[in-house]
Amino acid sequence: MTATMIEKTQDNATNAMPSHCGQTYLPKVDILEKPDELLLIADVPGATADGIDVELEHGTLTIHAHVGACCVKPESSYLLREYGRGDYHRSFKISEHIDTDKMSAEVSNGVLTLHLPKAEALKPRKITVKSI
Amino acid sequence: MLLRRMTPVPGFGLFRQDMENLFDDFFSRFDGPTRRTRGFPPLNIWEDDERLFVEADVPGLTMNDIDIEVMGNELTIKGRRETPNDEETTYHRRERGMGEFARMITLPVNIDPNNVEAVLKNGVLTVTLPKAEVAKVRKIEVKTEN
Repeated sequence: MTATMIEKTQDNATNAMPSHCGQTYLPKVDILEKPDELLLIADVPGATADGIDVELEHGTLTIHAHVGACCVKPESSYLLREYGRGDYHRSFKISEHIDTDKMSAEVSNGVLTLHLPKAEALKPRKITVKSI
Repeated sequence: MLLRRMTPVPGFGLFRQDMENLFDDFFSRFDGPTRRTRGFPPLNIWEDDERLFVEADVPGLTMNDIDIEVMGNELTIKGRRETPNDEETTYHRRERGMGEFARMITLPVNIDPNNVEAVLKNGVLTVTLPKAEVAKVRKIEVKTEN
C-alpha cells in the first residue's frame, strides 16, 4: 500500500503559529483509501464552510479553518480550561496520482471531509474474461 | 465506558484533579478500536453571575448521539461516535477518536436542573446551567449613615 499523502513538516507547529485568536491548532485527521478515491476527514469543531479554505499549490494541500468568536470571554470567568479555541491549520503533500480537478470538500457538524479522486491510471480495473 | 467523579475540595480547587489529567489526551492513544475514553471530551467551563457554561468539542456528533444528565451539582456528558464500517476502506492515518465516551464533573455551585439548556453547533456543545438561587451572587448595597 502506498501512502499517497505525506504530511509536511508543520506537524510540530500546534502551538506555534499565531492567529488573531492567539493560537492555531492542528486538526485531528483520518486518511482513508477507497477503491476510487482517498478521503481526508478532519475534526474542525467550531468552523463553518465559509471559514474553511482548502488550497492545493505545488502538490501541497493546505487546510485552514477559521474559528470565529473565540476570545469573547474574560479570562477571569474561566473555572476550567482544558483546550484552547483557535483556527486549524495543516498541510499535506499530495502525489500526482490524484485527479486534482475533481477534488471536492464538505463540512458537517464540525467535520471536514475532502474527497480526493484517484487519477484514472490508479483506479482498479476489472477485465472481463471472454470465453471463446 | 468510564465515568469520572471529582472529589470535592473547598472552592474552585474542585477542578484541580481534572486539570492534572489535562494531558491525558483521549485522541493521542492508538490502542485499537475501543480506545481509552478518559478525559473526553475536554471541557471548558466559565461562569457569569447567573449561569455556568460548559463547552465541549464533539465534532461529528448530533444531539441524538449525546446524553446530558444533571443530578444535584453533577453534570454528565456521554455519547458515542460511530466508526464508519466499510470493508473497502483502508486507513492510512487514524487520529480521530471513535467509540463511547462519558464524562462526569462536579460543578462548584448548585444549579437549577430544570432550566439547563444545551446547544450543539458546528460540532461544539455548549451547556448552559443556571445557578440555583442560593448560589447566585448577591449585591448588597452599602448605605452611608449621615
